[in-house]
Amino acid sequence: MAANSLTHDITQSNKEETRAPERFLRPAVSIVEDESGLLLTADLPGANKDGLDINVDKGILTIKAEVSRQQPGRPIYSEFEWAPYFRQFQMPDVIDQSKVRAELNNGVLTLHLPKAEAAKPRKIEVQVVS
Amino acid sequence: MASWGFFNELDNLRREMDEAFRGVGMVRPLATTFLSPSSGRRFPLVNISEDEGEICLDALVPGVDPKELQLSLLRETISIAGARKSPVDAKGVVHRSELGSGRFSRTIDLPTEIDPDRTTAEYRDGVLRITMHKAEHVMPRRIDVKVA
Repeated sequence: MAANSLTHDITQSNKEETRAPERFLRPAVSIVEDESGLLLTADLPGANKDGLDINVDKGILTIKAEVSRQQPGRPIYSEFEWAPYFRQFQMPDVIDQSKVRAELNNGVLTLHLPKAEAAKPRKIEVQVVS
Repeated sequence: MASWGFFNELDNLRREMDEAFRGVGMVRPLATTFLSPSSGRRFPLVNISEDEGEICLDALVPGVDPKELQLSLLRETISIAGARKSPVDAKGVVHRSELGSGRFSRTIDLPTEIDPDRTTAEYRDGVLRITMHKAEHVMPRRIDVKVA
């Protein structure tokens, strides 16, 4: 695990979750936060727009993608397997869920998760009262 | 800003379960990672398959501009080289950094000689597919038996 991951921040109260025991792939992600929001980037090679399902429900962000690719002929050497992608994150409350924007380009998903206006830092001008 | 960094991940428990079951038949699929900084594997990852006349190679190169990919063939080897720009150029607090970037180059031995003139490569959704025809002189040839 990279040193800058959030593992040390993860609380012990992780919600347990039920799902079918199907095979799935956990995509690699990068998450960077700045003042305007969070930027999530995920590698989803083989996934296209039609199979992609991004969902925000009760503060949980779900990234799901079906992969419908097949290798012709018979396999002679394998380093990876095709399976649906699946990964979930708990979103901070400050994200404006209605303004989440997604792009998929060359197998890379970019999710823009803007912060709600109220959560953005605001500079307050000090009026000098004489 | 980092004070609310509770980007909890729900699959933590599942990941631990996967680790626990590794090696007892319940293995997860081999991941589709690319240029991962925490992996000792060679990139790009490839799958190779064949039928009577063709060899098909799929390589995982998400986020790479197809124009930046360099392929070269020499008899029984194929080389894939290129570079991936850092996918995240935003400045700020980094919560997770699992995507790799940088230059890559890999040479793969093929099971037979191939015909370089009849090789095609196609890039779609971050996957490079190279379709190669086996060279004529390595193809099995049917020999008719004459009755003397």
